[in-house]
Amino acid sequence: MTHGYARRYGAVVTMPTDADTSSDAALRRQLHGLPGVDAVGLEARAAALGTRSIKTTAKAYALDLAISMIDLTTLEGADTPGKVRALCAKGANPDPTDRSTPKVAAICVYSDMAATAKEALVANGAPEIKVASVATAFPSGRAAMAVKLADTRDAVAAGADEIDMVIDRGAFLSGRYLQVFEEIQQVKAECARPDGEEAHLKVIFENGELATYDNIRRASWLAMSAGADFIKTSTGKVTVNATPPGTLLMLEAVRDFRAATGRQVGVKPAGGIRTAKDAIKYLVMVNETVGEDWLSRDWFRFGASSLLNDLLMQRQKLSTGRYSGPDYVTVD
Amino acid sequence: MTELTQQTETAKPAAFAYAPAPESRAVVDIAPSYGLFIDGEFTDSAAGGLRKTVSPATEEVLAEYTQAEAEDVDRAVKAARKAFGPWSALPGAERAKYLFRIARIVQERSRELAVLETLDNGKPIRETRDADLPLVAAHFFYYAGWADKLAYAGFGAAPQPLGVAAQVIPWNFPLMMLAWKIAPALATGNTVVLKPAETTPLSALFFADICRQAGLPRGVVNIVTGDGSTGASLVGHPGVDKVAFTGSTAVGKEIARTVAGTDKRLTLELGGKGANIVFEDAPLDQAIEGIVNGIFFNQGQVCCAGSRLLVQESVHDEVLDALKRRLTTLRVGDPLDKNTDVGAINSAEQLARITELAAAGEAEGAERWSPACELPSDGYWFAPTLFTGVTQAHRIAREEVFGPVLSVLTFRTQEEAVAKANNTPYGLSAGIWTEKGSRILKMANQLRAGVVWANTFNKFDPASPFGGYKESGFGREGGRHGLEAYLEHA
Repeated sequence: MTHGYARRYGAVVTMPTDADTSSDAALRRQLHGLPGVDAVGLEARAAALGTRSIKTTAKAYALDLAISMIDLTTLEGADTPGKVRALCAKGANPDPTDRSTPKVAAICVYSDMAATAKEALVANGAPEIKVASVATAFPSGRAAMAVKLADTRDAVAAGADEIDMVIDRGAFLSGRYLQVFEEIQQVKAECARPDGEEAHLKVIFENGELATYDNIRRASWLAMSAGADFIKTSTGKVTVNATPPGTLLMLEAVRDFRAATGRQVGVKPAGGIRTAKDAIKYLVMVNETVGEDWLSRDWFRFGASSLLNDLLMQRQKLSTGRYSGPDYVTVD
Repeated sequence: MTELTQQTETAKPAAFAYAPAPESRAVVDIAPSYGLFIDGEFTDSAAGGLRKTVSPATEEVLAEYTQAEAEDVDRAVKAARKAFGPWSALPGAERAKYLFRIARIVQERSRELAVLETLDNGKPIRETRDADLPLVAAHFFYYAGWADKLAYAGFGAAPQPLGVAAQVIPWNFPLMMLAWKIAPALATGNTVVLKPAETTPLSALFFADICRQAGLPRGVVNIVTGDGSTGASLVGHPGVDKVAFTGSTAVGKEIARTVAGTDKRLTLELGGKGANIVFEDAPLDQAIEGIVNGIFFNQGQVCCAGSRLLVQESVHDEVLDALKRRLTTLRVGDPLDKNTDVGAINSAEQLARITELAAAGEAEGAERWSPACELPSDGYWFAPTLFTGVTQAHRIAREEVFGPVLSVLTFRTQEEAVAKANNTPYGLSAGIWTEKGSRILKMANQLRAGVVWANTFNKFDPASPFGGYKESGFGREGGRHGLEAYLEHA
């Protein structure tokens, strides 16, 4: 099953170890040797997967799974410790009227709020919920490398379990692949903790700025080869964020990467996923593209905030048979 | 049925198992029996014989319909002849109004018609809902637009209709084939007698009701149902000016012999053995989707199906791995379930033919593979199947299977791909998958196929002409070209 991929993707796969990661030109040859993406076909496939009809028991399963995969996020300039604590309380106990509701996967904040989030989760009796901190001059990534690394170090020291870094899109688009590759490697190195554990690294591409689907596939392979644990679509701060075709393409990339190397990488669409209906479409896509191995919070996440309340309302509807309304879920 | 399959010891229950999501049958009201639609009314046959039409998914009898005999066909042709004068004398814009009205009614009743078509044909509701019905409406809209512009279509300043068109259509896309036949015929001022296939008469009979709903003048559209003998009476009727047939090459040849020596005009859209050619530089994930769509759309019962996969040797293993992985996600079963990808084979007869050819593939040494899937015990079913190690000499590479069976062959060079693709008595469709635009343009000129798709497959549009070379027939349907078959040559 895997030998076809290994042969085809071999050149890219061996990048971190034997090969030619010595120059932009060498990386370019490898990344541009990946199979092309036909935009019309990709979008048609993503749309077709969106027509699945998920009802009753399947819907109940999908709603709970989606809740458990949320990186409940607040990334505002106006964030305060109080806001972050409220978010943590909500993540630990999303529906106060129904204690069987699963907890979210993580709370995603700026690095200066990581310690607050960590404490609040413990206080809420949910230490298993991860703290994800954005880093590396999120969302633009426009800062000196030393600043990006310091940002990462601070977040890890504050107790972040996961680091959501952004790539330098300017470097990527102008063909300086080596710079992007090395930045990811260096940030990854900063994720190590003294106890020998390491924070998981999510690499954000900002698909909306990458211009082509081919670039999304290239960025996926570049990041996975440099050591990403997760690849993530977007910051949520630009016009185009997570889209079904972009996410489908990244799922194909992690599938092919595992077939070639044996290493499994997670996927996180972020930004713009607001309804339960949309979230279920993404889960169908995961189910039919990469299969059950990715159907858990360890391998698939939603970067979202308002999505949670819609999932909760749909969940209440399914259990009570009635729509409740926005006053029956908590505002953050 | 699904519950049963999950009990088997090997099948591990899926974590994310889709619950049944059946489309409601209540939206369609099928009468116990149907007459013939002649001169604007449903009438009994002179002889009065009835046939049954069944749901291929369950073998349940859906309704009885009438076997039209020669004298019924004669009545229908006379009704069409009588209607021809006034209909052809109408200004194009007036004829267009009726066609627009029909198109809108089809849209309004599309859910009902989709369920009906799925019941009678066995194809998944996902396809009737998302492909068949939208294309039917689009075809009527498109030709409605031509009706008042015929003078500018390139067939002379005042192109004239032919008269009465005898149209015989197949069972694979019952309502869509009806639209392809009736829309251009009416737009150009002809009147029609149409015979739907023996196993799928219902949507044509519902269309008769739509004609009444649209206020179409009596006799402009007549529907006669029955078996092959009805079709033979119709195409052989001396009062017919034009014969249009879509179906098998064997029947097409018979019709050509019948029509030979008369002044009837003839167009034939027959079988195919389409090559889907995948180069090593193809967008592979999309090519896999195109291969699946090419051969498993409508259970492969498509004349332009991509039934031969020609894959470049260097990516053969990779493509086959990915294709097999993809086939394991196809959902085979209840056609009315909105999540079903592959439905039932249309008839026991067709199932027997597919089974026989697949057996021949194995006997001749090709390697057979199907994903694990439980098939329902009632009805006519055939699992998605692919054969590897197929050569040009194998029957499954030469004969039209008309089922969910893909033959995989390899090639090394572009020249070899063209030679193999063209090495068939048919010439209906072909697909090319490559990122190289220049290669697409060059090959499109070399392939002897009426339709060449580039980086896609089985895409249809009313504005695009469709038809074949060689034993796939002659004449074009769709687009401006589709008008020509229904107009006097200047």
